[in-house]
Amino acid sequence: MSVEAPERAAGPNGVVGANATRVDGLALVRGEPVFTDDVHPEGMLWAKVLASPHAHARIVRVDAARALAHPGVVAVLWHADVKPILHTRAGQSWPEPSPYDTTVLPEKVRHVGDRVAVVAARTLRAAEEALALIDVEYALLPAILDPEEALRRTDVLIHEAPDPRGIGGGGRDNVAARIDIRVGDVEGALAAADLVVERVYHVPRVQASHLEPHVAIAWLDPDGRLVVKTSTQVPFHLRRILARVLEIPEARIRVIKPRVGGGFGDKQEMVIEDLVALLALRTGKPVRLEMTRAEELIAARHRHPQRITLTTGVMRDGRIVANRMAVLADTGAYGSHALTVQGNTGQKVLPLYPCPNLHFHVDCVYTNTPICGAFRGYGAPQGFFALESQVDVIARELGMDPLEVRRLNHIREGQTDPLSARLGEGKSGLVRVVRSSGLAEAITRGAEAIGWGRKRRPSAPHLRRGLGVALAMQGSGIAGVDWAAATVKLNDDGSVNLLVGATDIGQGSDTVLAQICAQTLGLPLSKVIVLSSDTDLTPFDVGAYASSTTYVSGGAVEKAARELRGQLAAILAGKWGCAAEAIAFADERARGPDGRSLSMREVALTALYEAKTQPAATASHMSNESPPPFAAQFADVEVDVETGEVFVRRFVSAVDCGVAINPQLTEGQIEGAVAQALGYALFEEVLIDDQGRVRNPNFLDYKIATAMDMPELVTLLVPAPEPTGPYGAKAAGEVPIDGPAPAILNAIADAVGVRITRLPATPERVWQALREKAKRDLASAS
Amino acid sequence: MKVELTVNGAPVAWEIAPGDRLLDSLRAHGCASVKRGCETGDCGCCTILLDGEPAASCVVATAAARGRNVVTLEGLRGDPLLARLQEAFLAEGAVQCGYCTPALLLVAWTLLQSGGPVDEATARHALSGSLCRCTGYVKPLRALLAVAGRPGAQLRGGRGENGLRGRPAAAPRGEERP
Repeated sequence: MSVEAPERAAGPNGVVGANATRVDGLALVRGEPVFTDDVHPEGMLWAKVLASPHAHARIVRVDAARALAHPGVVAVLWHADVKPILHTRAGQSWPEPSPYDTTVLPEKVRHVGDRVAVVAARTLRAAEEALALIDVEYALLPAILDPEEALRRTDVLIHEAPDPRGIGGGGRDNVAARIDIRVGDVEGALAAADLVVERVYHVPRVQASHLEPHVAIAWLDPDGRLVVKTSTQVPFHLRRILARVLEIPEARIRVIKPRVGGGFGDKQEMVIEDLVALLALRTGKPVRLEMTRAEELIAARHRHPQRITLTTGVMRDGRIVANRMAVLADTGAYGSHALTVQGNTGQKVLPLYPCPNLHFHVDCVYTNTPICGAFRGYGAPQGFFALESQVDVIARELGMDPLEVRRLNHIREGQTDPLSARLGEGKSGLVRVVRSSGLAEAITRGAEAIGWGRKRRPSAPHLRRGLGVALAMQGSGIAGVDWAAATVKLNDDGSVNLLVGATDIGQGSDTVLAQICAQTLGLPLSKVIVLSSDTDLTPFDVGAYASSTTYVSGGAVEKAARELRGQLAAILAGKWGCAAEAIAFADERARGPDGRSLSMREVALTALYEAKTQPAATASHMSNESPPPFAAQFADVEVDVETGEVFVRRFVSAVDCGVAINPQLTEGQIEGAVAQALGYALFEEVLIDDQGRVRNPNFLDYKIATAMDMPELVTLLVPAPEPTGPYGAKAAGEVPIDGPAPAILNAIADAVGVRITRLPATPERVWQALREKAKRDLASAS
Repeated sequence: MKVELTVNGAPVAWEIAPGDRLLDSLRAHGCASVKRGCETGDCGCCTILLDGEPAASCVVATAAARGRNVVTLEGLRGDPLLARLQEAFLAEGAVQCGYCTPALLLVAWTLLQSGGPVDEATARHALSGSLCRCTGYVKPLRALLAVAGRPGAQLRGGRGENGLRGRPAAAPRGEERP
C-alpha cells in the first residue's frame, strides 16, 4: 500500500466485514487543512465571549462604550441587542424533548461562565482586550449549587419563566425534568424477597474533552445567505435551531461540517454557532469563534452528576425480583438533554435484568453550575455504575459468583424490555424485543480472556489483586425517532457519489457507510466517493448521536444503493431482454442470466448516454426498533494498600455489536471508550468550588488518560447478526463506555474488600476506605 | 517586530506582535497540521520539532524561536520514514478523528529517527505527552511498533499514573454533591 493510493479494501464481495482504510485517512495523516479552523475566509473577524464571573446574577446594565472605542473592535452584543427567543440548544429531533429555557444572550446569568456579551474584532487580541473594557453591572442573586437544595427550595428560581410547551418546572420550582415509571408491584416484591440490598451511588461531573475545541465560522455568501462552517454532530438540527433563534428561514441557512476533531456528545448541541451567525448577520463580515480549553471545561457540557439510590430484591437462588432506582440528577444552569439523559439512566440500564417489578424515579434539577448535556453513553454509564456495583454486592451477600448472578438474570433473545414501551425519547409506546444477543457468549469469552476464577498473584507485597466484571447494553438509535436519508448517484466511470447527512466526527461513519454502499453495488470501496453533512448538498440525517449512524444511516445507504441497483437492472433488462431481477452486480460488473456481462463503466455509459438517464436514488430509513448491543467487560487490577492507588493491569471487552461492518474501526471505538471510562472510574472529575467556579479547567488538573495510563486492552468482537440492521449490524459507539467503571470498582472490592460507591475512585478515597475497613476489622476482632 | 527563523527548511522573516505564540504564527503561515488543543502545553496537539526536539508550540513565543529551526509535519513531506509511519497509522486504524494525528506522527518519527531501541515502554513514553481522546492509544502504539520492526506486538499496558499528576484535592462541598 502506498500513502498516495490508499486502497486496502477486501474484494468487492467482501467490503462489509473488511478492515477498510478510512476514506478520510490520507488527508488526516498528511495534516491537510480539513478541520473548521484550518481555512479562514477573507476579512474574517474574531469573536470572544464575556463570561459571567457570578453563579447567579441579573445583568442590570452593560456599557460597551470603552470596548467599542478600541480600534480593533467591530461589534459588542448583549441581551438588549438580541430578541429573547426561548429555545433549547440541545441538538435533538423536533419537537425537542428538552425545555425551552435558553435565550441567545440571557438577561440573567445562571452559572459562572454563562454568556454576558459577545465581541467581534479584527484580531483575536483585540477581541480579548475588548472583554476587559466592557463594564457590567450585576445584581447578585442567591446561588444554588447543591441539587438537594435545588430540589427543596422554591424561593429561589433559576428559571422564572415556564417552558412554553410545559416541559420542566420553570416558574414553579427548580425541576428541569421528572420521571416516574412503575412496572409490576415493586413494594410487594421487595417485601417478599429473601434479600433486599439498598445502596446509594454517586457519579461525578466529567467532560468529553474532545481535542478539537468547539469552533465555528459564519459568513454571508454572495446571495446573502448565512453559511456556518462548524465542528458539530448535528448539522440539520443546528440549521433548524438557528432558524428559530435568528428568525430567518432554514432556506437562508447552510451548515457545513468539515472533519471534526472528536465530539463524544458534547457537539450534539448549539454551543457557539448562534453567536457567530448573529455576529456575521450584524456585521456583514465572516466571524470565527473558538473556545479555549478552559472555556470547554467551564462552558461546554458536562456529563450529568447523579445520586442513585438502588433498591434490589433477590431470592436466595440469586434471581432478581424487583429493582427500584431513584435518581437525583443535576443538569446545571440549563436543561439541555435533562429529560432524555436521565431517562436513559433507567431505560438503557434496568432492562439488563428484566425482572417483572421495576420502579424508576428521576428528579433532575437546575443548579447554578455549568451546563450538563450529552456525553457518550448518555445517562447509561451512571446507571450501569450503580446496577453493576449492586449485583456484586448481592453476589457477596448470597455467597455466589458474581458472574453466576449475572448469567442467571440477564436479558436474552426473545425477551422484551418493559421500560422502553413506557419511556421513549419524546415517543413512547414502542416495545423493544431483543432479536439478537451475543451476551452469553461475550460473558464466556471475556471470562476466559481475563482468567475468571484464577486470580493472579500480586506483583509486589504492598499490592492486592482482584478481578471484576460488568455487563452493559445500549441501543442502536432512538426507536421511532431517529431517521436518516442517503443519495447514491452513478458517474461515467462506474463510480458513485454517496451523499449522506450522517455526521463523521472521527468515529469513521463515512467509511462504514461507503462500505455498505460498495457492498450493495458490488463495487470496490475506491469507487464510492463520500460527501457528508452539508445541509445544501446532502439529504437529512438526525446526526451523530444515540449510537444511530451505522444502524439507521447505514440502513438508508443500503436502501438507496439497492434502489440504484434496481434502476440499472431495469435499463439492462430492456437492453438484454431478460428479467431485471435476474441481473447480478458483483466484482464491478453486471451479469445477465445468460452469462452476458458489462463492466460498471459500460453500465454507466449505457445509462447516461444511451438511456439518457441519471441513475440516482435517495432513500430514507427509520426503525421502530433500537436493537441493543451488549458488552461484558472485565478488569484485572492491583490496589496499593499503602497509597490507595489503583492500577488496572488488564482490561477485557467482549462486545456484541452485531456484524461489524469494519472490525478495526469497531475495535477503535471500544478501545477509545475504555480509555474515557478509565478516567470516569479513577481520575476524572470537574470540581466546583463554593462560588460555583470550576477549580480544574485545564488538562493538568482535569486529567484524561495518557498512553502511560492505559492497561493492556483485550478487545473481542462477539457478533450476533441483527435481523433489522444493515448487513446484520448494530451499534458499537456507546456500549463499551458503560462497563469499565463498575468492572474496575468491582475488581477493587475483590482485591481489598472495600466497596467504593462514589466515582472517581481516587487514591485518597480508596485509602480512606481501606483505613475505615481496618478500623471496622479491628473493632469486630476485639 | 520582525523575527527570522527557519521553518521546514526555508528561512522566513515574519512580522509579529510581541507575545505572539509560535502555534498561531505557524498556523497563520499555512502549517495547518499544528493543532490548537489547550494553549497550556498539556495536550500536545501543537507539537513541532524545535531544533529537532518535540516541543509544544503553544507555549513557545514566536520571538523566542528567532534563529531556530522549526519543523512541522508539512516539512517532512516525502520523508521515507514518515511515509512508513503514515502507512502504518492507516493500516493499523490508528486514526480516528485525526486531530492529534500530526503530533503523534511527529513524536513517533522523532523516536524512530533517534535510532535507539524501541519497545512498548519507550513507545508509550514517547506518546505520553500527546493526548488522544479517541483511540485509547492501542492502535497508534501498534503502528509505531510495526514501523520499529515489531509488527503485531502484544501490548502489555502502561505503568499507570492515574490521577497522580497535579490533581487538586476535592472541594469539601463538591464531595457532598451527587
